[in-house]
Amino acid sequence: MAEDNAGRIAERDGFIVTKGKNKKQLQCDTDSSAGCVSQRACVYCGARVVLNPITDAIHLVHGPIGCASYTWDIRGSLSSGAELYRNSFSTDLKEQDIIFGGAKRLNAAIDGLVEKYQAKLVFVYSTCIVGVIGDDLEAICTAASQKHNIEVIPVESSGFIGNKSAGYRAAGDALLRLIKPSEPIVKSNSINYLGDFNLAGEAWIIHNYLRQIGVELNVTFTGDSHYTALKSAPKAKLNIIQCAGSMLYLAGKMEELYQIPYIQISFLGIEDTAASLRKIAATLGEESMIAKAEDLIAKETARVEAIIKGYRDKLQGKKAAIYVGGGFKAISLVKQFREIGIDVVMIGTQTGRKEEYETINNLVDDGTVILDDANPAELERFMMEKGAHLLVGGVKERPLAYKLGIAFIDHNHDRKHPLSGFEGAVNFAEEVYSTVCSPVWKSLSKSGIDRGVTDHG
Amino acid sequence: MAEKNHVHYRDVNENPCNMCMPMGGILALKGIEQSMVIVHGSQGCSTYMRRHIAEHFNEPVDVGSSSLNEKGTIYGGEKNLRQALDNIVKVYHPALIGIVTTCLAETIGEDIERITGQYLIDKQMEDFPIVTAATPGYGGSHFEGYFLTVKRVLMQLTAATKKNNKVNVIIPNMSPADIREIKRILELMKIEYVLCPDFSDTLDRPFSRPYTKMSDGGTKLVDIKEMGGGLATIQMGITLDDSISPGQYLKDEFGVPLYNLAIPIGVESTDAFINTLVEITGKTIPESLTKERGRLLDAMIDSHKYNFQGRCVIFGEPEMVYAVTKTCVENGVFPAVVATGSQGGKLNELVGLAVTDFLEKSNLFIETDFAHILAASQEAKVNIGIGPSDGKYLTEKGGIPLVRLGFPIHDRVGGQRILSVGYTGTMMFLDRVTNTLLENKYISYRSSMYEKYYQQG
Repeated sequence: MAEDNAGRIAERDGFIVTKGKNKKQLQCDTDSSAGCVSQRACVYCGARVVLNPITDAIHLVHGPIGCASYTWDIRGSLSSGAELYRNSFSTDLKEQDIIFGGAKRLNAAIDGLVEKYQAKLVFVYSTCIVGVIGDDLEAICTAASQKHNIEVIPVESSGFIGNKSAGYRAAGDALLRLIKPSEPIVKSNSINYLGDFNLAGEAWIIHNYLRQIGVELNVTFTGDSHYTALKSAPKAKLNIIQCAGSMLYLAGKMEELYQIPYIQISFLGIEDTAASLRKIAATLGEESMIAKAEDLIAKETARVEAIIKGYRDKLQGKKAAIYVGGGFKAISLVKQFREIGIDVVMIGTQTGRKEEYETINNLVDDGTVILDDANPAELERFMMEKGAHLLVGGVKERPLAYKLGIAFIDHNHDRKHPLSGFEGAVNFAEEVYSTVCSPVWKSLSKSGIDRGVTDHG
Repeated sequence: MAEKNHVHYRDVNENPCNMCMPMGGILALKGIEQSMVIVHGSQGCSTYMRRHIAEHFNEPVDVGSSSLNEKGTIYGGEKNLRQALDNIVKVYHPALIGIVTTCLAETIGEDIERITGQYLIDKQMEDFPIVTAATPGYGGSHFEGYFLTVKRVLMQLTAATKKNNKVNVIIPNMSPADIREIKRILELMKIEYVLCPDFSDTLDRPFSRPYTKMSDGGTKLVDIKEMGGGLATIQMGITLDDSISPGQYLKDEFGVPLYNLAIPIGVESTDAFINTLVEITGKTIPESLTKERGRLLDAMIDSHKYNFQGRCVIFGEPEMVYAVTKTCVENGVFPAVVATGSQGGKLNELVGLAVTDFLEKSNLFIETDFAHILAASQEAKVNIGIGPSDGKYLTEKGGIPLVRLGFPIHDRVGGQRILSVGYTGTMMFLDRVTNTLLENKYISYRSSMYEKYYQQG
């Protein structure tokens, strides 16, 4: 295996390109390489993040305790009603269960939980080990479903069957089972909102916009959603998709099965939020909506731009690095950074798709490093090489940025502040300002420690 | 005596009070100089554990994964594990690699001893230390995983050497601040020692330039090798079963006398630690430590009446739970509920011996979960909780204020800086407890007295 002095891994070469320098196509959507310290999680993680915001469901993890431990209520998803989703249930398999099978344990767990919480809906997530010992999740769930006369839906999310994207698909399959109508569908005039998990109330912000322009919202997948609302999903006349990575599969299936067309939108940043509102109104085609959308956009843009200008003046010329979960988010972030005067010099995702990377490539400046499924060594190398002043990422990336003396923006499922819509654009600018312009960085140079990064600012 | 309420067999775990074995293994290995860890399993395990550890310590936590996919699961993961070793060596140049297994690797029957042995021969790296530990997620909690891995480190690195003057100090998972305090006491007493594992620097490293992928610090490999010739071993592992006791291994294998002590929190346990050091080395206790002890006694008197109003629930890893229980007893805070999600080892008999002077009996729960802990705490009219962050569930659901202690602290900053050991640390711990009790009393003082005594007319 080829190797150079910087300890680069040859098999990673195809997953990294520099715009303008390489003609090659970026590789993506494959399993992570062993020993590369990928920042990615697993199939179960993908499924869990998509389904967990369903507030009145029992989310039961079938496996040893770890998977449930590490995912207990770590997301910022909010509920306007039930709080059942904030518990972490596990069959907590032990050695004996691995030898003799976990079916008995799972049956008893479902029985106990259904009795205690009177839920109408149970998701049973399979973990690595369940896929290996071969518990018949399907049969157990079907039997439990009949016994209790509720929906008990298996989620095939064994960690080794693919990467996080496979988990999105597993969640999509589970949702398709849930929304399958038992009676003929009576179509309504409403729309479904896909791919918003109501982190810090983001879905609520978007609901308010849609309400103001006269759009009737049916159900959100899956932020602040519940059993009954989800059941009504097939009656919508349009699906709008925010997080494409997790929801494109589901949207495609809903189009096929229930003739619901879909459009991709984004509510990150002023530009995308305005464009998305216009797109929704235009697609629905009602004159009054289009007019109301323009009113809302004009009013809100004027309000927030005045605030953001102050930040832009301070941030002009700074350089950003992006490493986030999905391609959709990355694309929006490039535009959002432009709104506040910042250029992107490095951009990568955990689960971006080919088309998304093409869009990214068209959007960024020459010299920008684009990378898929990166690791800490690569993030460090390119942030340093490119002189980034800040990184956008998740919990694992934050300490790395700080140790490098670089500012950091949280853009993960754990955050407790909304980044969607016009409100979110202000929060974003404010957060960038609070970290890039923090006096803390001055202390580093005052204490005689060199800034390390070439200051291009 | 404590009332023992084993909850050995449960069909469902509702909100876990423990994590899985490899998590503990990673923490232990992070305390060895220039070490890197590979988690043999699917990608998610290492990512989730990294995330958890990073949040507590606010440090970059690089851990490799063999990223087992479907093929590796069916045909064996040797290829992946070898590739992981290649890549880790290439990028990190570690002095030691630790490999911990997951439930997946153990269930498909991976022989990591054979694979790594063959790898080292093939690469002509026979002298390179690889420490392997079988840590299936269903085999125990992170607590057992931690000590088992420390034992494996000694089994693979410690040799029969000539006698030296060093005291082996084996510590459980405690905060870097605690580790530094233990070292300060040893240094004040001018004692030569080997502390293992020592993650006080590796998981709490100072900001400095340039950034290095591997941080300084950790127990030196040469020191671990010489632990077989140590004067004696002090192991803060009084609750441990002999089967996972590293100190017991040193005693059995090399005849090093073992002093199994509680973590030195509280006067009695800190006295025991210091007196044992005197007994082993014949050194004298410095004046400054005596003064610290006197200040602690003074602080205990200052707060004793307030503390007497405390009825606490203590939860977390068995070793920490025992140390805190003893400290609460010493200060008149009644340990109404004592709980661990782990197997507990000798915790039951030890808590029974510690809680004797109260008018009521304590309730002890092992292998339990937070749903159970909350119910028991409410029944026992507990007014303060002591333990890791997940106890926020007790605050949110039961209004029980929480003093954060142990691992993980993921909803506050500074988990790595919480000091609780030694006379000084105990004083700080006690102040946190007393002030929490006072704060809670004052918050409700006016309304509760009004409700209790005010009668109209």
